[in-house]
Amino acid sequence: MDKQTPAVSLRHITKAFGSKVVANKDVSMDIMRGEILALLGENGSGKTTLMNMLSGIYRQDSGVIYVDGNEVHITSPKDAFDLGIGMIHQHFKLVDVFTATENVALGMDKKTTGGAKEIAKAIADICDRYGFDIDPKQKVYNMTVSQKQTLEIVKTLYRGANILILDEPTAVLTPQETDKLFAVLRNMKADGKSIIIITHKLNEVLAISDRVAILRKGEFIGDVKTSEASVQSLTDMMVGAKVELDIERPLIEDRPLLLSVSHLTCLDKYGVKALDDVSFDAYGGEILGIAGISGSGQKQLLEAIAGLQKAEAGSSITYNDIEKGETEELIGKSVSEIKKMGVALSFVPEDRLGMGLVGTMGMSDNMMLRSYQKGSIIFTDRKTPRDLATKVKEELEVVTPNINTPVRKLSGGNVQKVLVGREIASDPKVLMAAYAVRGLDINTSYTIYRLLNEQKKKGSAVIYVGEDLDVLIALCDRIAVLCGGKLNGIVDGRTVTKEEVGLLMTHIDDSKKEDEA
Amino acid sequence: MATITKSTGKEPLFHIVRRTDMPIWKSWLIRILSVLASLIVCAVIIVLVTGDNPIQIYATMFKGSFGSPRRFWALLQGIAMLLCVSLALTPAFKMRFWNIGGEGQVLMGGLGATACMILFGNKLPAPVVLLLVIVVSILCGAIWGLIPAVFKAFWNTNETLFTLMMNYIAIQIVSYFTYIWSSNKGNNVINTINNDTHAGWLELPSSVDKYGYMLNVLIVAALTIMMYFYLKYSKQGYEISVVGESENTAKYAGINVKKVIIRTMIISGALCGVAGMLLVSGTDHTINPDTAGGRGFTAIMVSWLAKFNPLFMVVTSLLIVFMQKGAIEISTQFGLNSSFSDIITGIIIFFIIGSEFFINYKIQKRAKEVEA
Repeated sequence: MDKQTPAVSLRHITKAFGSKVVANKDVSMDIMRGEILALLGENGSGKTTLMNMLSGIYRQDSGVIYVDGNEVHITSPKDAFDLGIGMIHQHFKLVDVFTATENVALGMDKKTTGGAKEIAKAIADICDRYGFDIDPKQKVYNMTVSQKQTLEIVKTLYRGANILILDEPTAVLTPQETDKLFAVLRNMKADGKSIIIITHKLNEVLAISDRVAILRKGEFIGDVKTSEASVQSLTDMMVGAKVELDIERPLIEDRPLLLSVSHLTCLDKYGVKALDDVSFDAYGGEILGIAGISGSGQKQLLEAIAGLQKAEAGSSITYNDIEKGETEELIGKSVSEIKKMGVALSFVPEDRLGMGLVGTMGMSDNMMLRSYQKGSIIFTDRKTPRDLATKVKEELEVVTPNINTPVRKLSGGNVQKVLVGREIASDPKVLMAAYAVRGLDINTSYTIYRLLNEQKKKGSAVIYVGEDLDVLIALCDRIAVLCGGKLNGIVDGRTVTKEEVGLLMTHIDDSKKEDEA
Repeated sequence: MATITKSTGKEPLFHIVRRTDMPIWKSWLIRILSVLASLIVCAVIIVLVTGDNPIQIYATMFKGSFGSPRRFWALLQGIAMLLCVSLALTPAFKMRFWNIGGEGQVLMGGLGATACMILFGNKLPAPVVLLLVIVVSILCGAIWGLIPAVFKAFWNTNETLFTLMMNYIAIQIVSYFTYIWSSNKGNNVINTINNDTHAGWLELPSSVDKYGYMLNVLIVAALTIMMYFYLKYSKQGYEISVVGESENTAKYAGINVKKVIIRTMIISGALCGVAGMLLVSGTDHTINPDTAGGRGFTAIMVSWLAKFNPLFMVVTSLLIVFMQKGAIEISTQFGLNSSFSDIITGIIIFFIIGSEFFINYKIQKRAKEVEA
């Protein structure tokens, strides 16, 4: 293998954005033919930037790229295609109203004599060869996320790609779909293709790759054979220090009922049911996980509780105020009404800078977002939020030049610390967090898990919407699984397996539901 | 072994990189340099067209603003009026509500003042007329701002088009009334209103204020400081910033977005109404469809260049008014027609706006020659 010319060689690649952010620094690495290389690194370590240079989206500041031993200058995605390099991005670039065949044909300058039929046949050939499952006549808007991804790969192969780059391909897939993808990737590898998977999920790295290349803060740290690696060794290389990987899950004996959701039905903006007759209870001293494929109604569920989403008739969400001994209905109340009622509800929304924080404001001004109405009638109280900002900055180790630097200039992890810090500071009885660790580095993720656990120990009911099933199973006491807006079961986080949750996410089993009822 | 048959070209010669960390003094240095550069370009054009000495021309330009006490006060008045409209537009802009309707709101305010002065001038005591002038002109401006705000808040109409169209309606309404109230039937000119009684005139005694501009300047100075504190330290100012950044964030924070949009546009329109009142009741004592003089549009630039900071707006409006007055002075002194002053103003403004590119981006040359 070592004597073979690498399919792609990168030598001393450096790329900077502006004068301060160096995304890649002097990266040199090789990708062989017939190899699956996992490009591993934390968020912000420069994996995607590096691959974007290979696929012609960015241009390196310095350094040289060789393809099959020849120096090349890739200045556009078209150049990359001509060299047989294809990238499958996290956000698919497909036309919704076109069929699979039309999408493959789109933007292609290859001359065909047989038109659509010929392309359909070529697609069928590719599918047979690698084991894809795709209907050439299906419209993209009817496809599942997994089918769209398959189509992207087929499209790239049809254009003659020998080197495939997949950016976080499993982020949107269920465990079962991931297995299917991996089988296809292995077939492609056997056919001599080079495959680069960008990822930060270690279990998948171990399952699929031959070799792992690790980036940290834009620099190439080294590569290891997958057979010689373990989750712990890879994490340590990725982070650069020893990391404790266990998530704590204390059992709290006293679990009072704090929030009851019953028969909750909500419509999305198109008038389609986003949530369909969902009922569950949330208890203090417990983390309730919400699992489901993205877009299964998680957003509407949390927003309905927070007073941001209208619910249909018959829905009810009651908050049990233990101190007052009262039960209060939250449906039909606005955010400020819920606040005035004294419901201690905190919400860490999915869209941090688009909803949870004001990007152009500093930490200090963001601290008063949920409490600015307190105090004098005309002017805002500046001191309390400033003190809180200083406290959050110190306790959660937020890295920011100062508390007035616009938060959008902070890294994703620090933005999340600001948001979570503020929401926790109000001493919530119910804390909701949506995708709280998305895009965060490992250390920050564990900080967030620790903070959620602290709230749980204080007796709060924590509702945690997550996408990483490994984490949900390790962190949550119970997991409610949504499937297409319906609640498909609540399972015990201590005994359930990932596969069981994966099945609940994708298949509604009516007979089972009736048994439970 | 496979070989690459296709060469994929050279690295591009330039690429544009976003700057993130320019110190404030440096950004202002660039702005000042751009003004100087624009003056050089204008000088070249002046020399080419007229053959005159550019230094002499710039001296003339300076004279246009500082040549006499009257001119100096006229400069201050010009700044005050432009600044007043800019202050009015700023809260709307901070809310990302693109109020292009300053022109119309100013005119409606001015029309309100005119109407009170003409209709009640001889019927009510002068102080009452003045009070009516103030209240009615503010109301008229506020209503002209309120209408697009209501449509935006409840039906999400496009406020840019809406406010723009409201300008034309206002201009036509004013045209109509200049015809109705014209001093000599049919000539569409309203002579100075209440010249004998001064009813509804906003003025200081001429012993204090020789040129009649001082009160306007003082009022706008006070408004500038109030607007600065309103935007920066008040709860309503905070709400405006949050709504401008993201409606979702505002809803999340429990802010009533509709209410904030409507309230802010009432303030914006009302302040435009004040500007209209200052023009009609404070200085002109008459109205015509050109009373706003394009300030509703120029103010957009003043507000943007100052990054919506009322204190910086004093500087940006000074710059623009100074340039305009200087350009007019050049045109008259050197016997060029008025289009020439527009050309010069245009060049200068182009440079000022263009300088923002160099503040936000830098151009990087290719590091080294790459063999193809």
